[in-house]
Amino acid sequence: MIMTNTLDSSIVAEPNTNGKNVVIDCKIRNLYYGKFRAVRDSHIPVEEGQVTAFIGPSGCGKSTALRCLNRMNDLVRGFRFDGHVHFRGKDIYHRNVDPVAVRRYIGMVFQQPNPFAMSIYNNVAFGLRLNRVKDDIPERVESALRGAALWDEVKDKLKNSGLSLSGGQQQRLCIARAIATEPTVLLMDEPCSALDPIATRRIEELMTELKEKYTIAVVTHNLQQAQRVADKTAFMYVDTSDGGRTGYLVEYEDTGQLFEDPKEEYTKQYIRGEFS
Amino acid sequence: MAITLEGDVPIDSVASPPSRLDIAGDRTFRGLTYVFSWMTIFLVLYIVYEIAGKAFPAIQEYGFGFVTGTTWDANRGEFGVFPEIWGTLYSSILALMLGGFFGVSIAIFLTQDFLPPKLEVVFKNIVELLAAIPSVVYGLWGIYVVIPALRPTANWVHEHLGWIPFFETSLSGPGMLPAAMVLSIMILPTISAVSRDALCSVPHRLKEAAFGLGATRWEAILGVILPTSATGIFGALVLGFGRALGETMALAMLVGNSNQVSLSLFSPANTLAALLANNFPEAGKLEEGVLMYAALILMAITLLVNLVGTAIMNRAQRRLSGGER
Repeated sequence: MIMTNTLDSSIVAEPNTNGKNVVIDCKIRNLYYGKFRAVRDSHIPVEEGQVTAFIGPSGCGKSTALRCLNRMNDLVRGFRFDGHVHFRGKDIYHRNVDPVAVRRYIGMVFQQPNPFAMSIYNNVAFGLRLNRVKDDIPERVESALRGAALWDEVKDKLKNSGLSLSGGQQQRLCIARAIATEPTVLLMDEPCSALDPIATRRIEELMTELKEKYTIAVVTHNLQQAQRVADKTAFMYVDTSDGGRTGYLVEYEDTGQLFEDPKEEYTKQYIRGEFS
Repeated sequence: MAITLEGDVPIDSVASPPSRLDIAGDRTFRGLTYVFSWMTIFLVLYIVYEIAGKAFPAIQEYGFGFVTGTTWDANRGEFGVFPEIWGTLYSSILALMLGGFFGVSIAIFLTQDFLPPKLEVVFKNIVELLAAIPSVVYGLWGIYVVIPALRPTANWVHEHLGWIPFFETSLSGPGMLPAAMVLSIMILPTISAVSRDALCSVPHRLKEAAFGLGATRWEAILGVILPTSATGIFGALVLGFGRALGETMALAMLVGNSNQVSLSLFSPANTLAALLANNFPEAGKLEEGVLMYAALILMAITLLVNLVGTAIMNRAQRRLSGGER
């Protein structure tokens, strides 16, 4: 699919999608929290069956951009969005679209593992119940836990509280909870930043497995992680020229290309570790 | 004497050990806190001891029959507080149901972004102002406003639905329903304030998790936020119930002070606290002991409610924070 650019030339980088199927086409013209302009002029497509990583220094708006993709920002008071996010061709910011419906097709895993204070089983079944799924709930819970590589560790204690698990297990429980309802896209907002290296490695392996079934967009501050898991990488940076701190997309490329031969000067400097 | 770290070679640094004065101050402070905490415990024990001592002759005389007896006649020396125990529990349970429902609803309304933050603060302060109104003012308001306002409806309900035990008498003046309604307003601020704290302490990331799964606001509140804050809300209800059990002045004015055991909401009744307030002025030597006995029973009920409440909360807390269900 060829992208048609309806935005003006202020877009810094025009993405190269190699003709892959774009599931979410996100064009942020301006994004405000109250008077604060958080992100501007960023066009980030998320391709089907791929892992797309959002990288950049802190405060560059990469989490904010990710949270646009399932309208989580709507929960923030004063949030205003100018642009569009097309999910399978439909604008999720159209005023007739219910943000709740968006989040049922585009799931999310957060930075801090956040299982509910209920049993492991009920944590995973929670989304199924929201979606009024009546059949095969135990089977679906099991397959979600298997999908999140957690089944063998918890199959004998499904009735224990989700909070009794270790941090890494809790995060995999959150992944199981998110994939139980078979979302089309899985958003992951720095999913490993609260975890130790071994747990991090497991989640990364899991992402590679999950992309067989789901499209994944992941925010990470860990460049090695982006290189290990991502097919596409979007590099964002902070623009302080107008006195604020506004994030924008600098470069979007195949991960290998972006890390080995970045086109933009900022990308080169960031990858070399000259600022963070 | 403390061992000095410097030894033979002085340490060249601005760091120095705490002076004698620092140490003395620290010890004094610690000593004072010990004394004060023990004094509080001692005071409670002393009050219980004194009341039990004064009640002892009455306990010997009437024994357990005092708890099950239904007449209170100082002239014939017959005393029983079963109607008062019943009235105390009945009025408090009714007040808890009303006040609990509205208190928790208000707490949800004030914490789940239904209102702009500024309005939330205004509403919260208004609800908390209810706690600042003196009990006797509530009593007066109940007598001159609530009872006349309730009477037509109550009597209509009695006429048409009189076969239901709750409505089997007419409301002629003071009675259980107006007392319980005013009581529920009095415990409302406690319940809503403590529930509000419990709801506020639900981590934001849990709300995000619920919304991230595509929960509507009500699904998030009922499915995640309320269950997570359940122990705190239960604590609020126990506190409110405790307040309702001991509330005196408004009830003495509104409940009718009549020794009856009735399910009817419109019938006059009595409570332990109201009994004490109404009878101590003319109490003779024997009656004083009897009142002390009644006071002891009231304290026992309140203590029991708090103990059971705390035990349930501790269990629920353990279950929520991990381990076996």
